Parts: sequence; C-alpha cells; structure tokens
Amino acid sequence: MDGFPILSLMMAVPMAGAIACLFAGANAARWIALGATLIDLALGILLWVSFDQSSGGAQWQFQEYYPIFGRFAWALGIDGIALMLIALTVFLMPICIGASWQAIEKRVGEYMAAFLFMEVLMIGVFAAQDLYLFYVMFEAGLIPMYLIIGIWGGADRIYASYKFFLYTLLGSVLMLIAMMWMVHEAGTTDIPTLMAYNFDPHVQTWLFLAFFASFAVKMPMWPVHTWLPDAHVQAPTAGSVILAGVLLKMGGYGFIRFSLPMFPEASSQLAWLIWGLSMVAVVYTSLVALVQSDMKKLIAYSSVAHMAIVTVGLFAFNQAGIEGAMMVMLGHGLVSGALFLCVGVIYDRLHTREISRYGGLAINMPKYAVLFLLFTMASVGLPGTSNFVGEFLSLMGIYQASSWVALVCTTGIILGAAYMLYLYRRIAYGEQKNADAAAMPDLSMREVWLLAPIAAAVLWMGVYPESFLAPMRPDIRALEARLAPAAPAGDSKIKMGAPRPAGDAHHEEVSAHGEAH
Amino acid sequence: MIQLIVLLPLLAAAIAGLGNKALGKLPAKIVTTGALFASCAMSWPIFISFLTGHAEATVAPLFTWIESGSFDAQWALRVDTMTAVMLVVITSVSSLVHLYSWGYMEEEPDQPRFFAYLSLFTFAMLMLVTANNLLQMFFGWEGVGLASYLLIGFWFRKPSANAAAIKAFVVNRVGDLGFMMGIFGTYLVFNTISIPEILEAAPSMAGSTIGFLGHRFDTMTVLCLLLFVGAMGKSAQLGLHTWLPDAMEGPTPVSALIHAATMVTAGVFMVCRLSPMFETSPTALGFVTFIGAATCLFAATVGTVQNDIKRVIAYSTCSQLGYMFFAAGVGAYGAAMFHLFTHAFFKALLFLGAGSVIHAMHHEQDMRYYGGLRKEIPITFWTMTLGTLAITGVGLPLIGYGFAGFYSKDGILEAAFASGGSGVGAYYVGVFAALLTSFYSWRLVFLTFFGKPRWAASEHIQHALHDAHGHGHDDHATHGHGSEHDNAPAQEDAGHEPHGHEADAHALPAGTGGYHPHESPWVMLVPLVVLSLGAVFAGFLFHDQFIGPEGGIEFWKGSLAFDSHLMHAAHEVPTWVKFGPFTVMLTGLLIAWLSYIKNTDWPRRFVSQFGALYQFLLNKWYFDELYNVLFVKPAFAIGRFFWKFGDIGFIDRFGPNGLAALVVQGGKVTRRLQSGYLYTYALVMLIGLAAAATWAMTR
Repeated sequence: MDGFPILSLMMAVPMAGAIACLFAGANAARWIALGATLIDLALGILLWVSFDQSSGGAQWQFQEYYPIFGRFAWALGIDGIALMLIALTVFLMPICIGASWQAIEKRVGEYMAAFLFMEVLMIGVFAAQDLYLFYVMFEAGLIPMYLIIGIWGGADRIYASYKFFLYTLLGSVLMLIAMMWMVHEAGTTDIPTLMAYNFDPHVQTWLFLAFFASFAVKMPMWPVHTWLPDAHVQAPTAGSVILAGVLLKMGGYGFIRFSLPMFPEASSQLAWLIWGLSMVAVVYTSLVALVQSDMKKLIAYSSVAHMAIVTVGLFAFNQAGIEGAMMVMLGHGLVSGALFLCVGVIYDRLHTREISRYGGLAINMPKYAVLFLLFTMASVGLPGTSNFVGEFLSLMGIYQASSWVALVCTTGIILGAAYMLYLYRRIAYGEQKNADAAAMPDLSMREVWLLAPIAAAVLWMGVYPESFLAPMRPDIRALEARLAPAAPAGDSKIKMGAPRPAGDAHHEEVSAHGEAH
Repeated sequence: MIQLIVLLPLLAAAIAGLGNKALGKLPAKIVTTGALFASCAMSWPIFISFLTGHAEATVAPLFTWIESGSFDAQWALRVDTMTAVMLVVITSVSSLVHLYSWGYMEEEPDQPRFFAYLSLFTFAMLMLVTANNLLQMFFGWEGVGLASYLLIGFWFRKPSANAAAIKAFVVNRVGDLGFMMGIFGTYLVFNTISIPEILEAAPSMAGSTIGFLGHRFDTMTVLCLLLFVGAMGKSAQLGLHTWLPDAMEGPTPVSALIHAATMVTAGVFMVCRLSPMFETSPTALGFVTFIGAATCLFAATVGTVQNDIKRVIAYSTCSQLGYMFFAAGVGAYGAAMFHLFTHAFFKALLFLGAGSVIHAMHHEQDMRYYGGLRKEIPITFWTMTLGTLAITGVGLPLIGYGFAGFYSKDGILEAAFASGGSGVGAYYVGVFAALLTSFYSWRLVFLTFFGKPRWAASEHIQHALHDAHGHGHDDHATHGHGSEHDNAPAQEDAGHEPHGHEADAHALPAGTGGYHPHESPWVMLVPLVVLSLGAVFAGFLFHDQFIGPEGGIEFWKGSLAFDSHLMHAAHEVPTWVKFGPFTVMLTGLLIAWLSYIKNTDWPRRFVSQFGALYQFLLNKWYFDELYNVLFVKPAFAIGRFFWKFGDIGFIDRFGPNGLAALVVQGGKVTRRLQSGYLYTYALVMLIGLAAAATWAMTR
C-alpha cells in the first residue's frame, strides 16, 4: 500500500458519486449511491486488512501530504483509533442508503448527494492530520446533516435544526479561536506534532475549555444535549442512523485526539467537571428516557446516557477506560443505528413514533421482534453483545480513578434495562391493541439485509472484541503514557495493612482452617 | 467433552430458535431435548469420576475475550468438583424439564421458541458454572437472566407476564450493579479476575484497606459484600427477592428448571466458588449468615398463607436458598452445596408435580379449588409426597436413613450450631423455619390431594366444562398464526393475586362439578418418577462425599473452602440439637394435619383471630408496595420532572429559545431562521477559516 493514496480515494469515490447523483434521476441516484458506498466499504476493508496493527508498527499510517497554501495542507493519515471509526462509517453508509431506498421519495438525487458528501466529510474528520483541515471537515459535516433534517425531516424540522445550529455555532467559534492560538504558539498545524507539544498548563485550561465547548455539544453532554432529541425526532431514519452512529462519535474522537493528548494537565484538572456532568447525564437522561412516549426521543435520550459512559471512560486516564470508551462508541454506533432503523421500519408502515400506537408486534412481526430484541439487549449492555465490552471496560477504568463516579455511572445498567425493556414491552409484547399495527407485514428482504449485518457485527464485537481492540491498542497505550504524568490519583488504591492485629483471633482461626485444606 | 456439554445446548437453541416455524414443532423438540440428554449423558461420568476421586480439576481454554492492559479475560471451561456437581444438576434437571415440556406445552403453538429458550438458558447456566474468571461468570449470570426474562414473559400477550419479566430483569440488575462493582474492585486489588489466582492471593490481602466512596474499609469485606449483592439478586434474598414470586408467571416447567433448581442457586454457587475469598472477611460472612437466616424465615412465613400452589413453592424455594446462604455464612460450604444439590431434585419434583396438578385441573392454580385429587392423579400424588418428605427432611436421626432434605438440611443446621456465635442464632431461626416448611409443605399436599373435591367453584374448571375441549375460546389469535390452535396455556399460570378474602378453602362449595381430572401423559410422569429417585436417594448416597469430615476433603479437592473441623464438630453436636429439626418436622406435619384434615375450620378461626398478621403475611410483608412507593413511582415522577422542568422548562427556555427571543423579536424568528440559518452558519465558518488562513500566511 506504500504511497497509494487510499484515504484520498475513499473520499474521492463518494465525492464523485455525490456529483453524479445531483444530475441523475431518482432510481439512478439510488444505485449510484449504493455503488459508491459499497466501493468505499470494500476500500475500508482493504484499509483495515493492510493496516499494520503490530505494536512495533508506525503509529500513523497511510499518510498523505499535499501543501495547499501557507501552512494549510491536505494532510491525511490514520492510527488505529481513526481506522475503527472510519470502518464504522463505511459500514453504516450502505445501510443508510438502503434504509432510504423507499422512504425518500422527493428530491432523491440531492438526498443521496448529501449523504455521500457527508461520508466524504466524516472520513475526512477521522483522517485529517492538519488542524485546519480537521476543522473544515468537522464543521462542514453539519451542513449536509442540516439539509437532510431541514429538507427531508419531519414537521418540526426547522426548530430542530435551529437548536442544533445555535449550540454548535458557539462551540465551533471558540474552538477555532483556540486552534489559531495553538498554531501560533506551536508553529505548526500538524496534528501528530501538536499531540506531543507541551502547552503551558495555565493556557491549557483555556484551550481545553474552548475545545470542550465544541466537543461537549457534539457528544452531547448534559446540559447541552437538548438539541439531540429534537434532531433525531425530525431527521429521516437514515439521518438518525448516521447522526447517532457517526456524528456523535466526532465529539468523542475530538476528546481522544485533541483534548486529552494536547492538554493533559488541563484534562486532569478539569476531570471533575467531566465526571460530574457525566454522572448527572447517566441518571438524568436515563430517567427522562423512561417517561418518553416517542420512540425516537427515548432512544435519543438513551444515547446521551451512553455517551456519558464514553466521557467517563476517556477521563479515567487509563488504558481500560479509554479502550472501553472507544468500544462504547463503536458499539453504540452500531446499536443505536440499528435501533433507529428498527424504529424506521415500523414508522414506514404506520407513520407515527408514538409508542402507544404499537403493541403486540411479536405476533405479526416475529422476525422484527427477534432483531429488535437483540438490539435492545445490546443497548442494555448484555454480555456477549458489543456494548457490554465497552461499558464494562469504561466503568472498570473509572473505578480506578473514582469509585463514586463508577458507582453512579454503573446505575446506568439498571436504568438502561428499565427504559429499554419498558419500550420493548410496549412495542413488541402485549395484545394487539391497534388493528392497523396488527396488520403490518413482517420485515421485507431489504430490511432484513439492513439489520442482519449489524446484528452479526454486534455479536462479533461482543464475543471476540479482540478484532477491534487490537488495532487501537498501541495508540491507546501511547495515549495512556502521554497522560500518565498528569493522571489524577485514584481514590480507591489499596493500602496493605500491618500484619494482623493480635486481637483478631477469629481471623487467625479462619485462615488457619483455610491453610489446613 | 466439556466443550460439547456446554455448546450442544447453544447449538440446539440456535437451530430451534432460528428455524422456528420453518423447522416445525417436532424437529425443534427433538433437537433441543436430544442435545440436553446428550449433555446429561456426558456429565454424569464426569461427576462420578470426581465422586470416586479419579478426576483432577481441568481448564479447557477456548479463545480470548477481552484484553486491555493487564486485564485479561479468556473464554475457558473449568471443570472441578464444584462444576461437576453443577453439571449433573443442570443437565439432569434441564433434560427432564425438556422432556416434561413435551407434554405440558403440547397445546402451545409457539413450541420451538419455548424449547429454544430452555436450551439457551441451559447453555448460559453451563457457562456460568464452568467459568474460570469472574467476567465469564458474569456472562453466564446475565445470560441466565436473559433466558429467565424471556421465559417468564413467554406468554407475552399477558400484561402480568410482561411486568413480571421486566421486574425480574431489573431487580436482578440491581444485584448486578453490586457484582460489577465487585469485579472492578477485585481487579483493582488483585490485578486479575482469574478465579484461581484471586483465591490464591486473597488470604494475603486480609488486613489491608481500600478506599471506597470516600472512606477506607477493609479490602476483603468491601469486595465480598459487593459480590454478595449480586448473589442476593440472583438468588432472591431478602430485599431483592421480590421478583421470584412474580416469576411464577412463566410456564411451570420454567419455574422448575430456572426458578427452583438452577438459576436461583447461582448466588450460592458464587459464594461457594469464592469461598476462600469470603473466608478472609468475618464481617462479610456474618452478613451472609444474617441475610440467609432472615430470608429463610421471611419466605417461610409468607409461604404458609399463599393460596396459589406455585407461589407456595416459590416462597419455599426462597426460604431454602436462605438455608444455603447461612450454611455458607457459617463456613459450611459443603453443606450449602449439598443442599443446593438435593434441593434441585426435590424442588424440581415439587414444581413439576404442581405442573401436573395444574395440567389435570385445567390450569387452575388456586389450591382452594383443589381437594381430593389423590385418587384421580395417583402418580402425581405419590411423587409429590416423596418430594414433600424430602423437603421437610424426613428421616431418623442416628439411624442412618432419610430422604434427601434430611441429610442436607439437618447438615446445615448442625453445622450452624457447631460454628458457634451467630451460627447458633441461625440454628434457631433455621429450626423455626423448618417447622414452617413442614407446615406449608403438608398444607399444600393436604389441600390438593386430600379432603373433598372443591373444583366446582373454579372458573377454569367451569371453563373446561363449558367448552368441552377448550377449542372454542380462542378470543385472540385472529391474526398471525392460526386460530385453530388452542391458546389455553396462555391463560394459565396467571397466579392469583391475594384476594383478601379469608384463607379457608373449606368454606368453598364442595363438589366436582362433573369434572374429571386426568393423570398426565407419560412424558410428564417419567421426569416425576426420575426426580423422586433423587429426592429419595440423593442424600443417602452422597452425604459422605459432600459433608463428611474426611470424605469432603477428598471430594471437594479444594474447589471450595471445606472446613473439616466444622464438619467434625457438626457431627458431635448434642443430641437435642440433632433432634430439633426432626421434632419440628413432626410438629409442622401435625399442625397441618389438624388444620386441614381434622379441623377444617381452624384456618378460618386463625384468620379472624389474627387478621392483621394474616394480611401482613398474605401481602408478603408489603415489600412490593414499599418498593413501588420508594423506587418505581419516584423514578417516573423524577424522570417527568427532569424532562418537563429540566430540559424543556430550564435548559431550552434559557438556552436556545431564550437566545432566539433575545436575538430576534417575536414572530420573525421562524421566518428569519428558515431562510437564513444555514447560510449564516456557513458564512460564519467561512469567515473564520479565512481569518485563520490569513493569520497563518501573514504571520
């Protein structure tokens, strides 16, 4: 693969597809989009296979560099972390196109173009090695999303996009200012160089907060999460899938690529802020999810709770926590995407997101019920599914740093079970109360083909997560080493006691028994 | 070998579950039941080789699961004595339950799904007991939880079944919170989650302290208590027990397999598996003893007044689990495992027997509508009687023969007494609970099989009489799978909520109403007969290996912390201690006989005399009501509050909406935004970029 610009090619294919879609008829556009995303999927597999994941391998691979002007350059390159997120993106894209096959009827060419353009930008975000290039990709990625919500969205789409806009604007301006200062200070826009640059700890705090403003909104973290439920509710199914599946991961990626390695001291000092917000988010949004009557809102709120597990994992400052956070991101990308697809399946049939309009679907849609159950259980974090691996590692990581945070965040497993099973019960179980819901046909072949690959990936990730952990391991180890000097001391470290006090006779006796056997 | 034992049920579950309708009922049943009998046939030789002392502990590695830094969890199958015991319990009961379900679920249209769930459960349970590290144990732990959820809610049209399924899952999750925190803490302390390595290192940690929630505590106490919270959830111990009685919503074979013989004993298994760890913390052991004894007593008291035959047995299970826990708490792990072993046989027998009664009585579960069934269903009657003899611990002290429960329960009580300290208290509690056990068990037998028939008043019986074979009453199932099926089982196992009216069954009008109960088919009777063999002989045959002072050491081979001294002491307790359980067993039988056969108005007089006590017991000490007020309702109320006043009323109002109001006046908002928001945004971004680029170039 030496010298072959595969990353540029992966961006060029959907770009060309997007342009072609703009001038094609509806049906042609669908096939072009599907073809382009499938080619990208193939390229993504090629990328993964040829990625050198041995611990001795170079951290940055497939690097490309073409200066544009000044310091601004078309600099691409990936490490294991970016590789996994790109893989997630190219895996979900064909599924999104498939999900829009029949649901989108107006302005199909433009819709497909927007999606393909978004794929370009998402790959760009994860592959960018130039600070400004990252910024452009990061912010521009929202434009196609706006269009998708604003044009093909639901009734209240304007308000949703407006909220999204308002939140994001503030964050992105602050981040841009911080970036300019950093480039000025360090004299380079090269991200790998900046990741090793030691900024003055006092300035770090400000820089951290500026980046935090942007990433926290993207994550989204409590209390800047309220755009997400609205955006999800209004977005078409595929839009929700890509929003939950990939766009939310940009915030986490931002933390892991910028905040942590570039500002380790500030990250450590402000860890309490992240922990606090995450703890609130887990409990607060889980409880809010419990009382939702709109399916998409419920899943959107659950996303906020899951993303809080990502942030505590990242700010655990250890390998388990960060690897766990990455696994939650990947697992959540698949599972919440699949859940939105599941919602889309029945929305397409009945055109309502009201939970109470459904019921008893396990009777007339058994295949659907099985797949929906699988994704529900994955969302709940059942061992053997993708989300468990990530949640477990994140929470174990944060336990090393703070048992309080771990305890509060682990309550998420109880609340998560409560709201997801309650949702599942109301949709799939019970009697068939509504005649129209009871008449809905089971999954079509197309829908099975959308959900089955995700189901397989969810189980694979749950049973043999090593495939996903191995490529990231050297990078996360390097990140841990970078963070180690600043990492906060854990509150739960063990302290060896003096040899047992003489008065503790029972104790002596018990262990004497133990040795006797 | 062990790979086959564990994976065959998974394979069978996948075939039956994914094949489902396409595969058909019979192939699904043959595949799953065949796989289980094969597993069972392979498990017994392993157990026997441990029994005769010819086998050593082995670990069969499969592949890596999760690796992260020094954290290393492998998929592996461990076989040692404890596993071998569990293997025979699980595969034997499971294969018999599979067979039994051929008859019990015969009218059910959705059989492949049922059998797939059963086999899936068995797989998960086998993964749990073969775990070599805490995480795989947790995998099995959650896997059985999933299967339990699916099976409790098997008749998913019924709201009560769905509610019970969710309750079981969520309450178990509360326990899992403890289990997970325990795993986190264990990894922090020992830097490994491999069970043998933890157990080896545990004694050296005694006396150390660990920070937890801002305070410092004794390390091993914190870890053991956290893990024990998990065990409390799974094994339905006091406080986290509320899901078990409701779980009776599931089909009766499920109750026998999951909620009596296997899954609910997982907590006991865990404590015994980690016994060298628990041995390092007297505080934790004291807590285990206390919870065990308290549950034992609590559940037995509630069991005495329930009218639903399955609920009586459910509370009985809860109570017997309490025995196992306090046995573990006083250090008699061998006795705990022995009671687990014998209990699996006689409790599965009682449940399947109850299922046979329910089957004969056309899905009536209320014992007040039973009576006089001994001549109608004789095999069920005799096998259930054997089960009752086993659970009440009939046997002659000092002579050397008794039914299964005689050896295991008396073994626990004697060990508790011999251990001194809090164990003596547990002994008295246990003896009193044994009195109640004897009472409620015989009450069940007398109400069901003796006296005059009281069937006529039962709605289910009326139902059966009015539409001869139950084919006419298919009120749902107009969609989907065919309406020619009889959905009768979906209406059964409903469980009767306490009606509030008095307990006296004999106040109801007598008479058969012209109904003729039929003995169950042979597929249901064979498991009953086989399990009665277990109830009769399991104690007699195996007590020396499980709890014998010398035999135990050779049998357990260090797979649990077997305390030979304690077992010696247990054999040498005063004679009155040995006769205590025997005496109360007879007393309970006598009271039950007097109240339900001799003087059938005694229960009514008891109720009118002690109405408050009766209500308290009938309503299960009001735990459900309490939890509803404390947790369930507040969760919804707080959730609504956060949503309406937090998100909408505060964040949105002062956030985006407030900003909008500030920036643009009133009605212009929408229009302005509609036309301009996207371009404004793009413009801001472009300006920013231009500024950045300019700066970068001109600097």
